[in-house]
Amino acid sequence: MHIMEGFLPPAHCLGWAAVSAPFLVHGAVRLRGVMREYPQARLTLAAAGAFTFVLSALKMPSVTGSCSHPTGTGLGAVLFGPPVMSILGAIVLLFQALLLAHGGITTLGANIFSMAIVGPWVSYATWKLCTSIGLSMAVGVFAGAALGDLATYVTTSVQLALAYPDAATGVAGSFLKFAGIFAITQVPLAIAEGFLTVLVMNALSEKTQVLEELGVVRGRT
Amino acid sequence: MKLISRRARYLLLLGTIALVVLPLVLVKGQYGGTDDAASRAVAASQPGFHPWFEPIWKPPSPEIESLLFALQAALGAGIIGYVLGRIHGAVREREARQEKAPTDVAH
Repeated sequence: MHIMEGFLPPAHCLGWAAVSAPFLVHGAVRLRGVMREYPQARLTLAAAGAFTFVLSALKMPSVTGSCSHPTGTGLGAVLFGPPVMSILGAIVLLFQALLLAHGGITTLGANIFSMAIVGPWVSYATWKLCTSIGLSMAVGVFAGAALGDLATYVTTSVQLALAYPDAATGVAGSFLKFAGIFAITQVPLAIAEGFLTVLVMNALSEKTQVLEELGVVRGRT
Repeated sequence: MKLISRRARYLLLLGTIALVVLPLVLVKGQYGGTDDAASRAVAASQPGFHPWFEPIWKPPSPEIESLLFALQAALGAGIIGYVLGRIHGAVREREARQEKAPTDVAH
């Protein structure tokens, strides 16, 4: 989902940066709030950030014979809400742009929008929907993490399609071309990410009250 | 709060490994990255395409690049391990205290 340095026209770079900026400001405010409200959750916050740090570094093989990486943003989105995750995701993307030449400074706004904004929001909404219709926490976390991962890659495909519409088939045709590169590869990896997210969420919460304390589930605090 | 049973935990772990290992075993491919494939598709669709901006710093070789990726994963995994250790240490400590003073738990 990383759009490489210099691969989006300057107007698109500015546009996506402008779209992402308010989300990041909101995220910074929420992050301060979370740190103040739940000082005991700092360890969990570190784990959520570390989870996306690990998963976005792992390029894994998939059924199409190419490699792609998960995003790891679903865990933090469910635990702390999508705004907080936007900050954690942006830090990871900045690190990769500066030190790994993966992604870029010019494309940072676009990459933040797909991985640190759309992904977490889709994860959060999916998880909320699943648990509100009576599905278990584990199913909700799985579906949220997996769909958030996929949504990130669909967003990247849209961004590339908008920048480079196909001469004959337009934006729609171009979208199908980029989605063809990303989507099928991503399906098994998104499922794997869903599994992993459930495992890590369980490890963090199994013997603790962290989900209750953060208000993720209703219960005694 | 416990999300899944011990049995489900092993199944998910096995499932995760299978999802990554099976393609590698069953599918013949180049296993290039999709991010690079997308960049190539952009370049192919735009005759004479050149990125208008270059990375400020690039890892000088694939070895250094994989070193940095490994470092990123190791840092993250280290932090997660540390947090889980702290959490479970605190749980064990609490349980030990409750064993010593069982009257505390009887409300």
